[in-house]
Amino acid sequence: MHLGYPAVLAVLLFCVGLYGVLARRNAILVLMSVELMLNAVNLNLVAFDVWLRDTLHAGQALTLFTITIAAAEIGIGLAIVLLVYRNRGTSDVDKLTDLADTGTEPDSDSIAPTTDNAAETAADQALPAGGQTA
Amino acid sequence: MTLAAGHPGFLSPTGVEVAFLLVGVATLGAALVTVTTKQLVHAALWLVVALGGLAIEYLLLTAEFIAWVQVLIYVGSVVVLLLFGLMLTKAPIGRSADADSGNRWAALTVAAAAAATLVWVVVDAFRSTWIDLSGAAQGSAKVTGASLFRNWVLPFEALSVLLLAALVGAIVLSRRKNGAPS
Repeated sequence: MHLGYPAVLAVLLFCVGLYGVLARRNAILVLMSVELMLNAVNLNLVAFDVWLRDTLHAGQALTLFTITIAAAEIGIGLAIVLLVYRNRGTSDVDKLTDLADTGTEPDSDSIAPTTDNAAETAADQALPAGGQTA
Repeated sequence: MTLAAGHPGFLSPTGVEVAFLLVGVATLGAALVTVTTKQLVHAALWLVVALGGLAIEYLLLTAEFIAWVQVLIYVGSVVVLLLFGLMLTKAPIGRSADADSGNRWAALTVAAAAAATLVWVVVDAFRSTWIDLSGAAQGSAKVTGASLFRNWVLPFEALSVLLLAALVGAIVLSRRKNGAPS
């Protein structure tokens, strides 16, 4: 088999993932695109390992490591996205602009710390108030 | 590796190459639909097709063990985790108009430029490189296991510690505060 086929396929998959990371708004869809990019790298590793007939099989071992790290990354990433959603009520990466330096006054619709949990909202609002009075 | 022996041309593809091309086109199409569809749950399901197609590509490259690990971990658990994430964040089921960001044309430009550059470089570099797939499979479970536990034991064990740390971190992050039952 020509090495060009897997190499070109890996390049195209990587660029599709790149487009997804840049163009998607939902944080979970961004994570999916990151998975596509990691898989393109895996395909490259496997193809070059088979081509070079490496006695250590470094490419395949690294592919297994990449798959494991991707699994860990998706777990941590989803936990963070769920935490953001619980605190902000959105998983839209374009609206998470707390740290952005806009140069103007913060617009009202960007940060609305709403939750679906009434008790948590009350607790969140009570905590800073208590801290100020104390 | 058989540069001197006159590699086969692109006009007479072998059966493995034809299969690789067909599965590659399906994989690429599924990946494109994944990043462009407006229905969020469909994106996760098309991701299954793309990752399964990649598993078939690994099989065609004689990396059997990687292929089954790909099916088990990606299709089996990562996509299920992503679907759970979509449902826990109350993703809309139907078409959502704002799935794509406002800078999608800039993203398209960047991705197309990167694709053109990389394809040009890769084709120029590996135009006449031939993978010899004959002989014993290089990625069977026996070969991969032997190399993994003979040469890569320390990274393997470090990776298990990393997985444990990630597990504990995910639990700590997603736990509700104050221990209050909700």
